[in-house]
This record gives sequence, structure tokens and C-alpha cells, in this order.
Amino acid sequence: MTGERLLLSGDDAVALAALHAGVKLGTGYPGTPSTEILETFDHLGGRAQWSPNEKVALEVAMGTAFAGARTLVTMKHVGLNVAADPLFTAAYTDIEGGLVLVSADDPGMASSQNEQDNRHYARAAALPMLEPIDSQQAYDFTWLGFELSERWKIPVILRLTTRVCHSKTVVVPRARIQDQPEPSFERNIPARVMIPAYAKPAHHKLRQKLAEIAAWNEQEGPTRLDEGKAELGIIATGIAAVHAREAAPDARQLTIGLTYPLPMERIRAFADGVERLVVVEEGDPMLVDALRAAGIPAEGKPEMYRFGELNVARVRRILAGDTSPEPVPPKGKPPALCQGCSHRTVFQALKDLDCIVAGDIGCYTLGVLPPFSAMDTCVCMGASIGVGLGMRHVLPEDQARRVVSVIGDSTFVHSGLTGIAEMVYNPPATGHLVLILDNGTTAMTGQQEHPGTGRLLDHSPTGKISFEALAASMGVQNVHVIDANDREDGMKTLIADLLAKPETSLVVARQPCVLAAPKIRFYEKAAAEQGCAAEPAS
Amino acid sequence: MTNVTNVVIAGLGGQGVLKASDILADAAFRAGLDVKKSELHGMSQRGGSVSSDVRFGPQVLSPMVPPGEADVLLVLEETQVEINRPILRANGILIGPDVLAEGALKNKKSLNVALLGAMSMVLDIPEEDWLTAMYANLAEKLHKINEHAFALGRAAALERNQAG
Ligand SMILES: Cc1ncc(C[n+]2csc(CCOP(=O)(O)OP(=O)(O)O)c2C)c(N)n1
Ligand code: SF4
Repeated sequence: MTGERLLLSGDDAVALAALHAGVKLGTGYPGTPSTEILETFDHLGGRAQWSPNEKVALEVAMGTAFAGARTLVTMKHVGLNVAADPLFTAAYTDIEGGLVLVSADDPGMASSQNEQDNRHYARAAALPMLEPIDSQQAYDFTWLGFELSERWKIPVILRLTTRVCHSKTVVVPRARIQDQPEPSFERNIPARVMIPAYAKPAHHKLRQKLAEIAAWNEQEGPTRLDEGKAELGIIATGIAAVHAREAAPDARQLTIGLTYPLPMERIRAFADGVERLVVVEEGDPMLVDALRAAGIPAEGKPEMYRFGELNVARVRRILAGDTSPEPVPPKGKPPALCQGCSHRTVFQALKDLDCIVAGDIGCYTLGVLPPFSAMDTCVCMGASIGVGLGMRHVLPEDQARRVVSVIGDSTFVHSGLTGIAEMVYNPPATGHLVLILDNGTTAMTGQQEHPGTGRLLDHSPTGKISFEALAASMGVQNVHVIDANDREDGMKTLIADLLAKPETSLVVARQPCVLAAPKIRFYEKAAAEQGCAAEPAS
Repeated sequence: MTNVTNVVIAGLGGQGVLKASDILADAAFRAGLDVKKSELHGMSQRGGSVSSDVRFGPQVLSPMVPPGEADVLLVLEETQVEINRPILRANGILIGPDVLAEGALKNKKSLNVALLGAMSMVLDIPEEDWLTAMYANLAEKLHKINEHAFALGRAAALERNQAG
């Protein structure tokens, strides 16, 4: 493979590097723009699995790393919020096998509910962060991430952004690693059991690791200097670095690869050599703030460029200090629920019944758009249940009775279970109704499997969670399953009946996503045939 | 960045915009050039507007084509022409679905490849690299029909050039 030239997306480059670097297990939860990493890793022959959510994915990855194996864990930016609890304490532990956590951020919100800047997490959790500018660096930094992770026994965050994940650029890979040590358990209680007695020294140790990594970053870090005139010096990170290089080809530019902890003395030396210093970074003004805190005077970008993605035109404007209104790009055609999508029947019923809909995230969020306009809240995955319950608790009775929580099947497994526990434990006086829109896939992100489909990441069969059995066992009073497509009237009648009862109810509206249905039938058939073949001869 | 060719391919979800840009990027890549290709995935499968940028030349920096700097704009759906026009530079080349005579295409699904055929007449990429890229990016059972579509696009572009 060495020397070969490939044209790869950033996601595929990370997957290939993971394979070459000997990753024993890849875990994660789907989320644009990170989803393809594990799918490609699987196609390339790596062992990859979807977890029910990002927190579990990171916990599995930590176990793998404690056991001495290299692990890759992938998620979109908001996924790291879900995984934040293990993340902050994982930083205190010593891991054996390298752990690289991919956080795929989405500045501009191409397909996300917010544009949070996950560089804050590196600082907050005190973990090293690498930020590639293209697919070659995505490949190289995945390798580097494992090396740093093992040298300092610390998880490393690889922060990608939508444009790095989904742009294809040229990659020259290196040779695949050969002899990887076999995982083996070594007891190390003070380094892995974070009770206060061990966590206190562990925090000091973490700060010591960071100081050493910062020193390494000064000398050997992946910092790139592009020569240019001293009149303008640019400091940039991530995709913004290539925009800047194009916008100001004559400038002198320092592109920082390991962006936490920063190589501050290297930056200071660069700053001393230029007449004007501008920091070009996408998202929040983190780098410029860090420079100023270190006493390095630098220009940042005007506030208007905090929002959305950067591009060459915007970087030109930043360098020119131009804050005049930007041209508004013409609006394209918005997406809509597919024709024949089973979500349509449900939203028609909710609209006809004038329900107050606590919504959730997935394809079905498009129910908010006309002709349905049948969603009243949408915050984060799983929020539909808690938000619906909160409204039920305080609204006047006639309104409370109209509140319904609507949640997709993948979202339900991701973070709906604790919502059901809340509903059973703190039921509103009017009761409540949760609708699970079970289309048999994670449609939104491109049809991934999850624990409710009974199939693994590679679509082969495995254990399956039954939502109806689960709800009944958790103590929900009325549990129904209904075909989402066949019976529009049936759907409406059922919802109306349940809304009239002061009881807790859960309806599973089941009908496969029309885009996924042919594939689902194919997987089911393959599984059935395999099942037959695997039957022992009697 | 002189010597970089900027192409934008646009249309609606399901029309094969991304497949077309994959083929173009791959063809330029096979021709030995530096290539960057970029687009926003996500909601495209649900029929919304989709566009993809492909840039190639000796060295490409940003993967995105700046507004007003596209040399060629290829649009698969008439309604998407106007909203994408601002990306095209002055005197840039627009290739729309009207390049082909009505009913000329056997299978509407291969419109993307037919228009790539038309585009291949104005880009400096050898035909064999186009064809190799096309075969590499399409399932084998689709090769014949797309070969036909590609040739049709080339012929239509030639005819139009001669007429103009
Ligand atoms: C914490 C978090 N992780 C991942 C995502 C990306 N994401 C949005 S919705 C969704 C799941 C959608 O699947 P499902 O609930 O089954 O609904 P469908 O799209 O199939 O209708 C995912 C993975 C997210 N928004 N937040
Ligand atoms: S992809 Fe599936 S779930 Fe999403 S809108 Fe289309 S049919 Fe509905």
C-alpha cells in the first residue's frame, strides 16, 4: 500500500489509518459527518460496532484501551456532550492501548441542531487535540493520535469538521503495522479506579502529562510553516488553514496541528517575526483568546464570522476587516419526508388531532415543516419524553391532554429509556403518550442498524430489543403496536383514545423506512438462509 | 491559485449529483492532477438541493469553489439553475439538462453521466480517464447504459458547439 496515491474523504482516511495502525475495535454512534468512518473501517475488514449511544461507545473504548488494544471511537460533535461524563474522568486514568476519539464538528450546521465548537472540550477535559486540514492529515494525525495516546497513556481527541470529513483529497498512506501486542489484563488500581484517594494524584499527573505534551509540541509537534512576507502573518487551524493559504498566498502562515496544548513559544517566535498577526479560525475565538492570554497581541475575526463555516471569500473579508453585510446565497429546495414515508401518516394524525408535539431528532423532525407543521419542540436526542412530561405537569388540563412525545426507534434506544423511567416514576396527572416511530433503521444518518433492529453494523443478525416488551416491563400502563402506514384512521382513533385516558401509554408505530425496506428484506432473507444452513444436521 | 479548474455540479437529492462529482474527481485524479472535492451530505436523500464542488490542477488548497469562481457549472435539474448561477464566473460555462434533446436518453437515471459526457468536451481530462473513472464508480450492470449516456452527452455538446 505504501507510496500509492489515493483520493479519499477525511472520514475514509481516518478509517484507513485506523486499519493500518492496528485498531482492534472501532466503536461509536452514527452522526453526520462522522458516520462513514466506522462503516468504512468495517468494509476494509476492521472490527467495528455501533453502540446504543456515544457514552456507551466511549466506555467500551476505554475498556478496550485499558486492556491494551488500540481503539477508535467516533461521534458527531453533540455526541461528545453525551459522552462527556466518561470523557472527563477518562482523562485522569492511564490507558494502555491508544485511544483516539473522533469528534466531528459541524460549523454551519449542514446537518445538526447546533454548531458547538468542541475545541472547548480539549481544554475543559484536559486532553490533547489534533486538527487536520485535509484527508492526508486526517490519515497522518490518526496515526499520530495513537502514538501520543500510548506514549502518555492518555486519550487523544481528533477533531474533524464537516469539510474535512466529507471532502475528498489526495492521500499517500504508509505501511500497515505488523506486530501489535496481544491485549492482556494488567492490574493498576490507582491509575484506573477514580475514587478521591486515587483521583487527586491522578489530576496532578494529568497536568504533568499535558506539560510534557506541550513541550513535545513546541519541538516536534505537527506545526507547519509556510514562508511568506513579514507584512502579514497568519495563524490558522483545521480547514481554515487551506482557505487562508488561498486567500493570502503571499502571507507567512503558521498552521497548528496539535491545537491543545498549544506550542505557545513557537507561536510567540512566529508573532515576533511578523508586522501584522491575524488568527484565522472557524467557530469560537478560542485560539485568539489563548494567544492574548499569553500576552501575544493578535487580531481575531469580527464577531459575524463566528457563525457558520469559513471559506476563501470569508477569509479574504476577515483579512480586510470587512464587516459589511455578506451576500445571502439563494435558498435551495429544502428536504422533505419521502413520498410514502411512514412518518407522514403519524404527523397527519397528530395535526388532525391538534396535538402539542414534543419532538425529537431524526428524519421525522421534518414533520415540523408544512404541510404538517406538527412538531412544537426539538432540542436534543431523547428530549421529547422529558419535555413532553414537563409540559404535561404544568399546562392546564385541556392543553396537557394534547401533549404527545414523538421519538424515532434509534433515538429511543440512544436516550429514550430513561425518559420512560421518568414517565413511570413521575406520571403527570393527565397521564402521557409516547409514540415510537419505528421504521427499522437509523434513517437520518443513512440507515444504520441499532439494538432495536436485531442486526449488527455489518447487517448480520444479533440480539434484538423489543420496545413493546421493554415498555410493559418498565410499567407503562398501555402498550400498543400499530402499523404506521396501513391504517390512518386506526392511528388517529388509537391516539385519541389514549389521550383521553389519565394513564401512561406507549405506541410503537411500526413500518420500515421506504428507502431502507428493500435492504431490510434482503438482510432478513440472508439471515433466514444462513440460519437454515447453520442448523445442525440431525 | 491559477491553473486550478473549478467545477460545481448541482441538482436535487436522488439525481446522482454526488456520483457525478465522484466520477469527475476520480477522472482528474487519474489524470495525475491534485484534486479536492467537497459537498455537504446529510439531507440530500430526501429530495433537497444538493451541490458538489470539484477543483483540480497542479495544487489545490481550499476544497470549496468560491462564489463567482466556477469555470463550469453543471446542473441536473432546470429549477436549480438560477439558485446556483452566482457560483459561476463571468463567461463561465453552464451545462444544463437542456443540452440533451428531449427523449434522447434511454434511462433518466443516467442524466448525470450524460451531462458529464457533455462536460468532458470542455475539460482538459483524457477520455480514457473519464471512462476508467466511470467504470470504477458504477456497478458493472450500469456500465453499458452509462457508456451510451456519456457518448450521447459528448455528441450533443459537439453538435451545440458547431451550431454555436
Ligand atoms: C447526540 C447525538 N448523536 C447523534 C446525532 C445524529 N442523529 C440525529 S437523529 C439520529 C437518529 C435518527 O434515527 P431514528 O430515531 O431512528 O429516526 P429516523 O431518522 O429513522 O426517522 C441521529 C443518529 C445527534 N443529533 N445527536
Ligand atoms: S429516508 Fe425513510 S424515514 Fe427518512 S423521510 Fe425517507 S422514508 Fe422517511
